[in-house]
Amino acid sequence: MAKSKDIIYGLYNDEEHLIEAVRAARADHLEIMDVYTPFPVHGLDPVLGLSESRLHIAGFVYGMLGTLTAFLGMTWIFTKDWPIIFGGKPYWSVPAFIPITFELTVLFASIGMVVTFYIINGLGPGVVNPTIDLRITDDKFCIAFDKSEVDTSKVESFLRGSGASEIHSKTI
Amino acid sequence: MSGHVSPIREPLVQGHKSYHDITEDLCAPTERKPSAAWVIGIIISLSLLGFGLFCIAWTIWHGIGTWNLNRTIGWGWDITNFVWWIGIGHAGTLISAILLLFRQKWRTGVNRAAEAMTIFAVICAALFPGIHVGRAWVVFYFFPYPNTRGPLWPNFNSPLLWDLFAISTYFTVSLLFWYTGLVPDFATVRDRAKGFRRKIYNFLSFGWTGSAKHWQRWEALCLVLAGIATPLVLSVHTIVSFDFATSVIPGWHTTIFPPYFVAGAIFSGFAMVLTLMIITRKLFNLENYITIGHIESMNKVILVTGTIVGVAYLTELFIAWYSGYVYEQFAFFNRAVGPYWWSYFGMMFCNVISPQVFWKRSWRRNIALTFFVSIVINIGMWFERFVIIATTLAREYLPSSWSYYSPTWVEIGIFIGTIGLFFTLYLVFARVAPVVAIAEVKSILKTAGDQYTGPDAIHSHHGHGDHHDHSHAMGLAANTDHHDHSDGGHLDLSSSTASSAIASSAVAEETVSIETESEAADGPRIRSTVGPDDLKKIEGIGPKISELLNAGGINTFAELADTSVERLKTILTEAGSRYQSHDPGSWPEQASLARDGKWEELKDLQDRLDGGKFV
Repeated sequence: MAKSKDIIYGLYNDEEHLIEAVRAARADHLEIMDVYTPFPVHGLDPVLGLSESRLHIAGFVYGMLGTLTAFLGMTWIFTKDWPIIFGGKPYWSVPAFIPITFELTVLFASIGMVVTFYIINGLGPGVVNPTIDLRITDDKFCIAFDKSEVDTSKVESFLRGSGASEIHSKTI
Repeated sequence: MSGHVSPIREPLVQGHKSYHDITEDLCAPTERKPSAAWVIGIIISLSLLGFGLFCIAWTIWHGIGTWNLNRTIGWGWDITNFVWWIGIGHAGTLISAILLLFRQKWRTGVNRAAEAMTIFAVICAALFPGIHVGRAWVVFYFFPYPNTRGPLWPNFNSPLLWDLFAISTYFTVSLLFWYTGLVPDFATVRDRAKGFRRKIYNFLSFGWTGSAKHWQRWEALCLVLAGIATPLVLSVHTIVSFDFATSVIPGWHTTIFPPYFVAGAIFSGFAMVLTLMIITRKLFNLENYITIGHIESMNKVILVTGTIVGVAYLTELFIAWYSGYVYEQFAFFNRAVGPYWWSYFGMMFCNVISPQVFWKRSWRRNIALTFFVSIVINIGMWFERFVIIATTLAREYLPSSWSYYSPTWVEIGIFIGTIGLFFTLYLVFARVAPVVAIAEVKSILKTAGDQYTGPDAIHSHHGHGDHHDHSHAMGLAANTDHHDHSDGGHLDLSSSTASSAIASSAVAEETVSIETESEAADGPRIRSTVGPDDLKKIEGIGPKISELLNAGGINTFAELADTSVERLKTILTEAGSRYQSHDPGSWPEQASLARDGKWEELKDLQDRLDGGKFV
């Protein structure tokens, strides 16, 4: 586990407050460590300055890998490795290869994306991440600051002024 | 998803729920002791499963000869059950993937359970090809793996092998999609749990934190998985239909099979979703999340797909006649009036006739009727597969080979066993995981909760979320705050106090109306009182009297509040003697509270009233 951090965080009761507060914090040049929400809040990403996820590009690459594996695999098997005539059709019967090619494209894309998703997020079976506040998965919207990166008193007054319902400090 | 609220759409979350209420309600089934109904359910399911396992063991021990299949009829109940279960699975993917792409918000109430249903149905389905091959212990020969026989590869040109790939892929993708959706909800359960339970749920939740970047990737992942699961689900039943359509058997060799199978699959799947949802919402008190509106939406899908299936049946008959091909003509003639006529008529009645009751709105919204029809459809779709498979095989080209088939107790037992397996898995799932997607319901609350939209709304709404340019004063939006802020150690600021006060009270309307100019221009503000009010909210007024009052020019709470009791009595008297017993004495008073949005006070008043009368 990474070494422990001292953080200060504010909890908001509503996602609209959260978005406003994030915008204000960015305008004040306060370095936000992370924002935690109980559900995906739409409109938060651009305010927070998150760039678009590139996961779908990875998905496309995995999918193409599946396409090639299936198509080239069947081609090699039926034309080079063990050619058999089925019902008088040519060895390289492309239309008959399409269904399996499609299925493997989908299979590779989805497994690849899901595995990538968990790896880049640092999530997986047995992973224990520090809990900032138990209510973040319930009904609280949290903005957290790393105390080593920001002026704590400035952050506190910012959180107070931006409508946070609670402000806490914690070492995680 | 934009923050637009439609005033027409029915609310999808009832009961003025806050985010915290949603967590409480949806986690509850995993946290309390199982109910007696659940225990009885699991005992029955496990018994059926046990019998099924016994029959499978019997089949494997004694061989496939314990079934009544014969030289002519090589596929009987086994493949019928396989196609039936696979079809049922399709509704889960339709709800989770296709409705996600179409931005249908009602999917959030049912997607989790429907996806679980898909996975369990596919498990039940996959069992049948596994055991019907006879030597189940060498079933792995299907897979292309480097073997010592050459290596000798399977026939990639065969639809039966395509089926293997399609179903394995379908199972894997459904499982990944479902579990990825579950991870944040497991985290919610984890953060409420203590001790060993917390450890288990932390393991299941993969250490989920709720970070904004994680949510962004989570949404990207779900969207792409939905995008690829959509053609996948269409391909799966298409390929299942190829098992039949690429053969030379009259009645199977038709190009209509792929679309007809897919429509039938969705049809049967929705029927099973309805069966399950009606039980689930009752068993776990989820009526506020799986509403009548959800049931009605699903009934509409049933009506559409059921009618498509009906058209397909008739098209098959027409083409058989029009083709001029005697074997094809005979196949369909034999289906309808041959020895299996009862299954053909069962299929026609259950699949084509029975869903037609859903043309009527009040019947679509009738739970008992829906439950009954959903069971009828499940039976009908089983008949359809039986008709296609056994009936067609029974009388093919050579009259000397004609035969009749009825199952042995072993075949029936295996089928019953899969039903036991299905319900066992479902009941266990419903105890371990939230059956309604918590995070997804929260994300639609502001646009589909009944306090924000529909006739019951108490918060007027304004665009939020995607609008980047709006700036409004803090503390306007309401969110019930159930946590005690007075216990010191943290700051209790005015805005949270304000928002607690607003919650589920009428103050919200006045407060929210203090809006800045920029916000008013931001999006249309939708007031709850666009159009007539639902006068049935007044105790003592039912649908009939509501119509009478509307006819008398009273459409809103405000109008009712300003109407004298005498005038109301006149309206009732003029309508006939059966309304004599109604006493409108309290109606204007109730209506004035409703007009002012004082719902709490109205509720108090109604608690004191008896059938709308002062006591």
